[in-house]
Amino acid sequence: MKFDREQLLHLARLAKLELTEEELQKAPQEFEQILNFITTLQEVDTTGVEPTSQITGLENRTREDVVTTTIPKQELLKSMPKTDEQGNLVVKAVFTESEE
Amino acid sequence: MLKELRTQLDAKKVSAVELTEQYLKRIEETNSMLNSFITVTTEEARAQAKVAQKQIDQGVQDPLTGIPYAAKDLFCTKGIRTTAASRILEHYIPPYSATAITDSKEAVLLGKTNLDEFAMGASTEYSAFGVTKNPFDLERVAGGSSGGSAAAVAAGQAAFAFGTDTGGSIRQPASFCNVVGFKPTYGRISRYGVVAMSSSLDTVGFFTKTVEDSAYLLNTLAGSNTFDTTTPEVKVEDYVAATERELKGLKIGIPTEYMQAEGLDPQIKVAYEELIAKLEKEGAKIQEVSLPHTNYALATYYVLCPAEVSSNMGRYDGIRYGIPSEHAHTLDEVFTKTRDEQIGREVKRRVLIGTFCLSAGSYDAFYKKAQQVRTLVTRDFTNAFQSVDVLLTPTSPFLPFKIGERSADPVAMYLADLFTVPVSLAGVPAVSLPCSVVNGLPVGMQLIAAQFQESILLRAAAGLERITSAPAPKLVV
Repeated sequence: MKFDREQLLHLARLAKLELTEEELQKAPQEFEQILNFITTLQEVDTTGVEPTSQITGLENRTREDVVTTTIPKQELLKSMPKTDEQGNLVVKAVFTESEE
Repeated sequence: MLKELRTQLDAKKVSAVELTEQYLKRIEETNSMLNSFITVTTEEARAQAKVAQKQIDQGVQDPLTGIPYAAKDLFCTKGIRTTAASRILEHYIPPYSATAITDSKEAVLLGKTNLDEFAMGASTEYSAFGVTKNPFDLERVAGGSSGGSAAAVAAGQAAFAFGTDTGGSIRQPASFCNVVGFKPTYGRISRYGVVAMSSSLDTVGFFTKTVEDSAYLLNTLAGSNTFDTTTPEVKVEDYVAATERELKGLKIGIPTEYMQAEGLDPQIKVAYEELIAKLEKEGAKIQEVSLPHTNYALATYYVLCPAEVSSNMGRYDGIRYGIPSEHAHTLDEVFTKTRDEQIGREVKRRVLIGTFCLSAGSYDAFYKKAQQVRTLVTRDFTNAFQSVDVLLTPTSPFLPFKIGERSADPVAMYLADLFTVPVSLAGVPAVSLPCSVVNGLPVGMQLIAAQFQESILLRAAAGLERITSAPAPKLVV
């Protein structure tokens, strides 16, 4: 199964990944190898076979909508890369620039 | 070993503080050689040991109080850096701990162990923090993705260690590092707080020195949990009691497709055959079985896993997680550049393959098809367990390989999971235990049981452990 640069760029756009020129050179070949490998699944007769999403058979497990855990804001701030004095997450100013 | 540690701690023959210091010293002496730990939590461990000792003094200890352990750096640990061996989480400090960690209560966390980035790999070579070396041959890999945890237990750096197994990531490194690697049924232990890789396959498990130790841990950690809706309400049995039962009378299935697998190293095959003969002598009933869809399991996994990965990795975008790239000038670039700069090649590869399998035009032929083949693979196991209690197979088709030998070829690396992946697709429990030594290198064998039949599995594993008398390989650290 052939895989080319254009297809790779399309997937990268979908996945929000940027690929370097070096990666764009090497990747199509790697992809073809992997795709040839997974295409063998086409040989299997799956007529009438139900797909499995996960093996527990559980569905729609619900609980009462009651808050049982709260994490104090101070704890949450520790996992943020940059915060201001009010404890807000500081992100890059990107909305003022023109988008693609 | 864990039962003995519990007895010694409770009888005050050793204090929790002394025990922790012993392990911390061992880590200090050996970590630079093995690179098994990404973060060693020396001060936190010392503090936790003191708390544990207080509990023991007051007589309110739990089964794991004061026992030093390590956790794969995929388990969120409150206030302690959790990286998933990736640059994008290099500075991430979780505000909460995984259920497995909180359920370990006052066991003493020594540190977070190395892994392949986001658990994708079979050698720990894809870690952003360097490879973990095999404690029996420093030029070889410790296996993956939970290489750090396996090496830590093998080298005596921790009494037990947590890992995750999605396609073999506990069992294969256990085989490479001569320790017991236990993967329960999918859903037996809560995944809450474990960085998700492939949500329908990820399973929490552990590395221990003995089968009894795994049973001891399972008694405490198994159970349904409201924070993980994929944990069914299934009774938690006395798994330690199961390990005391006889091997005699158990029906052990030998799957033809594994015995005849093309990729199987001939020396491992010989060890496998010798073991089967030994088991028969001990009174186990050996029977050949067939798992007809075995040869499609790996391809099925490498469609489903990347597909789920591509979804789970979406959150690492420089806004929800990760520090945004310096070079981003638009919102889109915040996503693309951050991900490009801070995520490694194997992860990117899987995200792209997964995106492909899920994209319009490919979904039916790849993702849906793989889900259907998954049903067939699961049925193979259900059918086999109609006539046998457990299955016995080698864990890895090859011996621990040299660092660099497979990392350049993705498909060569994927083949490492040949014998472990079918089990993952079916979600059944399995364990790898040390059984042989070939060319001075550890060789593990895998036992598999039906869903939620951990008692039978542990009974068989303990029996197997009792009869394998191969000389142990030599640690080089």
